[in-house]
Amino acid sequence: MHDETAPADRATAIRLIGLRKRFAAGGTVALDDVSLEVKQGEVFGIVGRSGAGKSTLIRSVNLLERPDAGQVEVLGADLLAMDEPALRSARRGIGMVFQHFNLHTRRTVAENIAFPLEIAGVPRAERAARVAEILPLVGLEAKRDSYPAQLSGGQKQRVGIARALASRPRILLCDEATSALDPETTQEILALLRELRERLDLTVLLITHEMGVVKAVCDRVAVMEAGRVIEQGRVFDVFTRPAHPTTRRFVAEVIGHAVPQGTLARLPRPAEGQVRQVVQVVFTGPHSTRAVVSEASRDFGIDINIVSGRVDEIAGEPFGVMALAAYGPEARVAAAFAWMRGLGLDVAEVSE
Amino acid sequence: MSWLTPTMQDLLLEALWQTAVMVGAGAAISVALGLPIALLLYATGSDGLRPAPWVNRPLGLLVNATRSTPFIILMVAIVPFTRLVAGTSIGTGAAIVPLALAATAFLARLFENALREVDKGVIEAARAMGATRLQILLKVLVPEALPGLIAATTVALVSLVGFSAMAGAVGGGGLGDLGIRFGYQRFMPEVMATVVLVLILLVQGLQSFGDWLVRRTSHR
Ligand SMILES: Nc1ncnc2c1ncn2[C@@H]1O[C@H](COP(=O)(O)OP(=O)(O)O)[C@@H](O)[C@H]1O
Ligand SMILES: [Mg+2]
Repeated sequence: MHDETAPADRATAIRLIGLRKRFAAGGTVALDDVSLEVKQGEVFGIVGRSGAGKSTLIRSVNLLERPDAGQVEVLGADLLAMDEPALRSARRGIGMVFQHFNLHTRRTVAENIAFPLEIAGVPRAERAARVAEILPLVGLEAKRDSYPAQLSGGQKQRVGIARALASRPRILLCDEATSALDPETTQEILALLRELRERLDLTVLLITHEMGVVKAVCDRVAVMEAGRVIEQGRVFDVFTRPAHPTTRRFVAEVIGHAVPQGTLARLPRPAEGQVRQVVQVVFTGPHSTRAVVSEASRDFGIDINIVSGRVDEIAGEPFGVMALAAYGPEARVAAAFAWMRGLGLDVAEVSE
Repeated sequence: MSWLTPTMQDLLLEALWQTAVMVGAGAAISVALGLPIALLLYATGSDGLRPAPWVNRPLGLLVNATRSTPFIILMVAIVPFTRLVAGTSIGTGAAIVPLALAATAFLARLFENALREVDKGVIEAARAMGATRLQILLKVLVPEALPGLIAATTVALVSLVGFSAMAGAVGGGGLGDLGIRFGYQRFMPEVMATVVLVLILLVQGLQSFGDWLVRRTSHR
């Protein structure tokens, strides 16, 4: 699946072409012809339910998992063509952060962060200097000599991130990096990732089962289901115009597209000779902040009851979703909605 | 304590020394041999770093065969080998050979289990960082498993104390042998009681020290 929304002016950081993976003969297909392109400097999210193949996909990027077919290109290099020593040195340029942190229990924070440098043969003094440089980036100066068991989940993940960045990789892979954390800590870690991306000019590929994570940090997103990418694009576009039913369900989790049924049942009946029409309106683009409701009510002479509504920001752009119940003569109600559509708003009729 | 003549004191001290030598040397050798075998078993296992059934199976069989042979039989069965290694088949030095062999097989399995206890995630993280297999074994697995390896060594030490009591059969001496010869064959129950008491203290001491070391080294 080609994605035209990839920023064309940037170099490609990760290119995956036609990846296929099946763990056992006759078993379920973990990856079914997956192609993705992540540009340098992007935060790219992959979202999907458990078992969709997200981990298998992200683990293919550094070949922790070898795909059965396809191509894996990272920073222009063909990883599948490499021998072991070349692959090991390529892996040093790709940091990875894990859901369960995967820290060494018997190494202190500083020793954990120094580990990738140690195995790369970096001299002790240089390792210490790099650790001293990186600890403040993740706000762990005070914990340098603590053991992982003495840290909170959020602190452990900060160590995981610091360790992943120790050898100055250009690419960071995050496999459910916030899934073991509470919502507040999740936001902290996501903010840290965003900040590090800016400061270190990183490319981040992250996978998650939570659309909230995508909304908080990603520029682009791919939605996976049963080993396939079913939809991808800019986060704002996917959130505001989800094409696939699965994507719609994911989006609904975060921004609540659904119109509350209980409220619908309690709506007043239309007067004699009038109709009642309930619609869901998605406000995006230049009209998202316009007083559309009062304008429509005034100009078309109808009553509009706001059933539910919410204004939010996705990837820095304003976005609103509202359920409206319009009362009036059928023709005027229809004209009002046509006018709204003319403004570029997404108006969908809700069956009662 | 009229039985505790100077001669008897000397005998007790000598037996204690012989036990210490057999257990100490047996443990040192079995740790030195058992750890590489355990690493090999771990690495070549079906889900290991480099699966190799043609190495894993025969090695596993050999370890199991050694472990399932009763020590007293093992000791006699390997006499030619003992003679080859120690130059003689009797005495404390000769007894070390079967003791070390039995403990090596025992420890190889216990060590392998301790290595398996290490969180797969840490190994995966090391792989993602570009670690070699050898680095994963020596810089991740062994350090992470250290408390488990120490606990296993403690168990082996205690077993070695028990095995060494049978070393009298090949003239190895030691506390067990003293107990049999004087306490049992010469009807000196005080000697037997003393030997048992010393053995209990020895085992207690080893176990407590091992437990303390495990606590010291684990940071969970
Ligand atoms: N090592 C493995 N052996 C066998 N099956 C696996 C393995 N890893 C993943 N799978 C299977 O592949 C599919 C995708 O798994 P995964 O990539 O972990 O999904 P996700 O990360 O989206 O939850 C699942 O059906 C899973 O059971
Ligand atoms: Mg997963």
